[in-house]
Amino acid sequence: MSHLSQRPADPIVGETHYHESAFDHVTGRALYTDDLGGRLTGLLHAYPVQSTNAHAKLNSVDPSGAYEVPGVVRVITAQDIPGVNDQGAKQDEPMLPEDEIMFYGQPIAWVLADTLEAAREAAAHVVVDVEELPSLITVKDAIEADSFHGIQPVMAKGDLDAGFEQAAHIFTGELEFAGQEHFYLETQAALAQVDENGQVMVNSSTQHPTEAQDIVAQVLGVPAHEVTIQCLRMGGGFGGKEMQSHGYAAVAALGATLTGRPVRLRLNRTLDITMTGKRHGFHSSWKVGFSQDGKIVALEATLTSDGGWSLDLSEPVLTRALCHIDNAYWVPNIRVHGRIAKCHKTSQTAFRGFGGPQGMLVMEDLLGRVAPKLGLSPAELRRRNFYSEGQDTPYYQPVRQHDRLVTAWNQVVTNADIEARQAEVAEFNARNQYVKRAIAMTPVKFGISFNLTAFNQGGALVLVYKDGSVLVNHGGTEMGQGLHTKMLQVAATTLGVPLSMVRLAPTRTDKVPNTSATAASSGTDLNGGAVKDACEQIQSRLTQVAAGMLGAPAHEVRFNRGVVSALSSKETVTWQELVNTAYFQRIQLSAAGFYRTEGLHWDLSIMKGEPFKYFVYGVAASEVEVSAFDGSYVLRRVDIVHDVGDSLSPLIDLGQIEGGFVQGAGWLTLEDLRWDTSDGPGRGRVATQGASTYKIPSFSEAPEEFNVALLDKAHEEGAIYGSKAVGEPPLMLAFSVREALREAVAAFGPAGTSVDLASPATPEAVFWAIETARGHQLGTPPTPAVGIAEDRRVPS
Amino acid sequence: MSSTTFRSATQVSVNGQTRNFEGPPHQNALEFFRDQGLTAAKEGCAEGECGACAIMVARPDTDGTTRWTSMNSCLLPAAALDGQEVITAEGLESEELHPVQQEMAVRGGSQCGYCTPGFICSMAAEFYRPERADDAQAACDDCGPNGFDIHSLSGNLCRCTGYRPIRDAAYALGQPETDDALAARRGQPAPQPVATDITAADTASGKIGRFRRPATLDEALDILAAEPETQLVAGATDFGVEVNIKGVRAKSVLAIDRLAELRGIQYTDDYIELGAAHTLSELERELAGSIPLLGSLFPQFASRLIRNAATIGGNLGTGSPIGDTPPALLALEAQLVLSSVRGQRVVDLADFFTGYRQTIADDDELISAIRIPRPLAPLTSFQKIAKRRFDDISSVAIGYALTVEHGIVTKARIGLGGVAATPLRAKDTEAKLEGAPFNLDAFRSAAEVLASEGTPMDDHRASSQYRIAMLRSSLERFYAQHLETNIDSGATKGESR
Repeated sequence: MSHLSQRPADPIVGETHYHESAFDHVTGRALYTDDLGGRLTGLLHAYPVQSTNAHAKLNSVDPSGAYEVPGVVRVITAQDIPGVNDQGAKQDEPMLPEDEIMFYGQPIAWVLADTLEAAREAAAHVVVDVEELPSLITVKDAIEADSFHGIQPVMAKGDLDAGFEQAAHIFTGELEFAGQEHFYLETQAALAQVDENGQVMVNSSTQHPTEAQDIVAQVLGVPAHEVTIQCLRMGGGFGGKEMQSHGYAAVAALGATLTGRPVRLRLNRTLDITMTGKRHGFHSSWKVGFSQDGKIVALEATLTSDGGWSLDLSEPVLTRALCHIDNAYWVPNIRVHGRIAKCHKTSQTAFRGFGGPQGMLVMEDLLGRVAPKLGLSPAELRRRNFYSEGQDTPYYQPVRQHDRLVTAWNQVVTNADIEARQAEVAEFNARNQYVKRAIAMTPVKFGISFNLTAFNQGGALVLVYKDGSVLVNHGGTEMGQGLHTKMLQVAATTLGVPLSMVRLAPTRTDKVPNTSATAASSGTDLNGGAVKDACEQIQSRLTQVAAGMLGAPAHEVRFNRGVVSALSSKETVTWQELVNTAYFQRIQLSAAGFYRTEGLHWDLSIMKGEPFKYFVYGVAASEVEVSAFDGSYVLRRVDIVHDVGDSLSPLIDLGQIEGGFVQGAGWLTLEDLRWDTSDGPGRGRVATQGASTYKIPSFSEAPEEFNVALLDKAHEEGAIYGSKAVGEPPLMLAFSVREALREAVAAFGPAGTSVDLASPATPEAVFWAIETARGHQLGTPPTPAVGIAEDRRVPS
Repeated sequence: MSSTTFRSATQVSVNGQTRNFEGPPHQNALEFFRDQGLTAAKEGCAEGECGACAIMVARPDTDGTTRWTSMNSCLLPAAALDGQEVITAEGLESEELHPVQQEMAVRGGSQCGYCTPGFICSMAAEFYRPERADDAQAACDDCGPNGFDIHSLSGNLCRCTGYRPIRDAAYALGQPETDDALAARRGQPAPQPVATDITAADTASGKIGRFRRPATLDEALDILAAEPETQLVAGATDFGVEVNIKGVRAKSVLAIDRLAELRGIQYTDDYIELGAAHTLSELERELAGSIPLLGSLFPQFASRLIRNAATIGGNLGTGSPIGDTPPALLALEAQLVLSSVRGQRVVDLADFFTGYRQTIADDDELISAIRIPRPLAPLTSFQKIAKRRFDDISSVAIGYALTVEHGIVTKARIGLGGVAATPLRAKDTEAKLEGAPFNLDAFRSAAEVLASEGTPMDDHRASSQYRIAMLRSSLERFYAQHLETNIDSGATKGESR
C-alpha cells in the first residue's frame, strides 16, 4: 500500500456517516447564496434584457426607458465594463454583447433596481436595435455550413485499414443524441458587495471559486487579490456551475462596484434554462468491423459535439468523449475524429461525465444495434469485448484493474439472479401481446483525473485552535456530493481525533488560493490529498510534543480518536491537552496542505498519454417493462455493482451511485430538450424552458427495486485512503436502461430484430421503435429511423 | 358588501407566530416568507412542478377538524393566506428534530439539500394524514408498510438522490407521538376563510393591485358584475404560473376558492353535484371511488401538492385544451352550473369550450358546480399519455364511459384532450361504437374513426403523428383493459353509492 492509500488503525474513513449538513438541510437552516440577500440593507436586484434573436447584429442598446420605471438604479451594458468584456477562459465569450448577438435568450443588458419587480418590468423597456442574421440551430445545420470552433482532435491507434481488412462483418451507422439540462434545484445565483477597503466580495453558487475570482477580476480590471469568492454550498451543480456561474458573479460584482450597493442576481428557472449551457448533444457516424467470433477489430468514428455559441469547456468535453468511446472494450484498430459545432445556442458545458457519457453512448448504442445482426445476445457481445491483460486504450494508457469488469459483471449476474429472471422475462413476453419486458447489462470504465494535467492539484488550510477544535478549509466546493463529509472524515482520521472535533469552513478563495474546479469527480482525490497533507504536517509537529509528554520515542506515538498514546508508555494524553501544551511550546498549529496527482502525462496534440490516475469500474443490470399502446415504460429493477475503491463514506458513495444512475436514466429516457428550429420569430428559442415542459425523473421514474453493492477488495493505491472517485461514473450505468428498452422493443418484432432507438428514448421514441419493429400498425413517425447498414458479411 | 368586515392587511400565522403581509396581490407566499427571513422554502421552478417551496396549511376537514395540507407556496398568493395557519420546514423542529426530519437526515435523504425543506413539508403532511394508520392495516397499493402514500411526494423533485433513500425515510416513519403538537392541532377546527380586501402597490414600481376574498357568493357575483375584468382565482395553480412565469399583474383579483356556496358534494337521484371550489384532493377523498372514472383520473392529475390547491372548477374555467378533467367529464356528460347576478344556468360541458382558452361563460359568470348525471356508465377508463407517469401534462388524454348490454355497446361517450384547441367529444367514434358488438374487431374498426377525430399539432410534448397514433391505439387499449372484467352492465354496477 502507498502512503497515500494506507489507512491507520481504527480509521474514521470507511464509517457510515450522513451528510455533514443533513440536519441543516432538513430544518431549512442550511443557507444557499440567495438566502443571504435578505440579511443585507440596500440590496439591489438584477434582471436581464434577453435577446429575441438567435443571431443578430447589435446596433444599439437604449436603456433610457428603463430609468423611467421607479426603483431602477442602474442599467449595465457592455460599455460599463472597465476591464475585459469576457466571462470565459477562451476570449470568445463577451459577458455582454457589443456588436453581435449569438443566441436567443442571451443577456444584452442587466437592470438593477430596488425590487425584482421593478427590475423585471424595466428590462422590458430597454430598447434593443438589431438586424437579424442567418442562424444555425442544430448540429446538422452547423455541419452542413462547415461551422466549427476549437480543436479538431484525432485519436488513432493500430492500423485501421488492416483492421477492416480482417473483419468478417462491417457495419455503418449514425446516432444523433440530445444534450441535457442540468436542472440543479438551485438556479445560478450570486450576491456581491464591496467591503470597506474596496475589496469585492462575491458569494457565488459555483463549483470553481478560483476561476470565478479570475473572471470577476478580469471583468473589473483589478488584480485577483481585490476579489474574494465564497461558496457556502450549492443546491446542485452537476457541472453546470463549473464555468457558467462566472458571468453572473461578474455582473453582480460589476453592479456592486458601479452602485456601491450589494447586488443580488438569481436566475429564475426560465432564465436559467434559456441562458445557461447544457450537456452537449452529439452527432456521431461510425463504421465498425467485427471478427467472426464477435470481437471488435476496427472502429472509425466522427463525433461532432453541439458546442453552442462559445467554446466554454467544449474542447475538454470533446477530448474526454474521444477518450471514452472505447468504454470497457478493447478496440485494436481505431481512428476517431472529433469536432465542435459552432451554432447559435447556449454555450454547452460540463455536465457530470463531461463527454464521457457521450463517447460511451456511441459505443453502447452501436453494440446494442449490431448484436442481433451478429446473432449474439447483447450481453454476450459486450462480455466478449471486455479489456483483458496487457491491453491498452486507444490513447495508449494501459488498462489496469480490468479484472474488476469481470468481477463486477459476474457479481451482478449472481446478485440479480439474471439467468432465472431472463427465463421469466421470456415467459412473460410469450404470454403478453401488449407489454414486453427485458433485462440488459452494461459496464462502465471511466477515467479519473482532469485530462489537462495541470488541473490535478488541490490545496487545504487546516487550523487547530488552542482548545483542540479543528477547522478545515479546502479548495473543493460542496454541491450535495458529500465532499465536505469525506473531508471531515479524512481530517479526523489523519489527525486521530473524533469527527465531532472537526468543522468545515465554507469554501473561500482567501483561505485556499489557486484551486481547481470541483469537477471531474476529483474533489475527494485532490482535496483529500491536500487535507491529509496539512493534517500530517500538524501531526508530525504534535508527535514531538506528545513524545515529550508521554516519555516515549516519537515513532511510537499514535493518535486515535482524541487519545494520544505510545507503545512503551502507560500514560495517555488527550488531544486537547496535547494541543494546549503544544501552544505553550510555541508550536505552529495550522498548516497549508497541497496535493498533486503523480504519474500523469498527456499530449493533446497527438491524443496520447496516461491522462488518468486510474479507472473506475461498474456494472448495472436493468429490467424494464414497455407498453406497445403508447411506448411508456417502467423501470422494474436495477442491480449495480460499483467500484469506489475502499469507500471513504459508504452512505455518501451509495447516494452518488443511485443519484448518478437516475440522472443518467433521465438523460437517456425522459429529458427532452427542445429548441425552436423553425424559421419563425422564435427560431433558436429553447422550447422546453421550465419544469412543466422539461421533465426530470420524479419518484415514478426511479427504479421500483434498486440494489446497489460496492465492489469488494477494491483498494486503490493511487488515491486518498484507498478510495476511488464516485461523482460521475455511476451516471453511465444508466446505459443499461436504454439497452433494456431496446431489447424490450425488439421483443415486439421477429427474433433477431435490430432496433434503432432515439436518445432520449421518451415514450414517444419507444413507441415509434416498437412500431418499426412490428411493422407500423398504428402510424408512421415524423422522422423515420435510419437503420444501420451492413457492408460486409462473410459466410461462415 | 356592507355586511362583511374586510381586513386591509393580511395576518398569517407562520410556525405559530403572527406575521403581517402588506404587499401587492401578485406577491406569492414564498416571496412573503423569504422576505420575512424564513428561507427554508425555496424557489425551484416557480410553476408548482418541483415542490421546493412546499409548506403545510391548516385546512378544514369534512368532520370539522384540521387537515395539514401540503401546498406549493410559489403559486399561492400571500394575500390568500389571510387568517390562516402555515407551517414551514423551520416550524417543524421543536426541542428535537421532527420524525420526518430525523429519518430524512440519517438515511441520506438529502444531498444538496435544496429540495429538502419542500420534501419535508410534503412528507410531514402525509405523516399527519389521518387515514394513514388505516392504510397501514389495509396494505394499500403504492403505500409503505406504515400506510405512507408515496405519491404524496410526486410533486417534489430531487435531482441528487435518485429517490430511494427518500422512499426509505418515508416508509420508516411511525405514527405521530401522543404529545405531537401538530397531530393534536388536527383535532381542533381549522381557521375559517377571512374576508379580505387589500390594495397595495409594489414598493418600487408603484404598480397597484387589489386582492379581494368576499365572504359570500353574492358578494363575489356583485364584484364580478361590476368589474368584469376582475381575475377569478381559486387554487391559483394556473394563475400563479401566469403571475410568476408570464409576469401577469392583474389589477384586481377575486378569490373564490373558499366560498361555502361553491363547496361540497350533493347526491341527488339524477346527478352528483360537485362544488366548483372543491379541490381535487377533497373530491378524491370524499368521492372515494364513487365515480370510478374520476377515481382513476385523480392520481394522474398533476401531483398531490397541486391537487391540494387546484379546484375542479378552476381546471374547467381556464379552458385549457390539455386540462385533465375535461376528457373524463365529457365522457360522463357533465353539466356546468354557471352563476351570475342574473341567476343560474346549466350548460353541457360539451358546449362549454368555444376555442383555445375560450368558453361560453360570460364575463360576469363563474362556474359554481359540476353535475355528473346518474346513472353512471358502468364501463369507464381514463387514459393519460405523457412523458412522465406522474406530475406531467398530457400529450393526449382520453376519457371513456361505455354501457354494454348483452354483448352490444349500447352507449358510448368519449372525451378527448390534447388533440384540438379545446377538449372535445369523439362523437363520430361514439356513433361508430354504439350498436357494435363488444369485440376486438369492432373496436379496431372504430379505432380508425377515433384516429381522425381532432386536429392534433406538433409541440415539445409530442408530435401530431404520435397524438394521432395514441387515438388509434386507445380503443384496443380500452378493450384489453376490460377484457378480463365482467363488462356486461347486467352484472356490474358502475356506482357504489
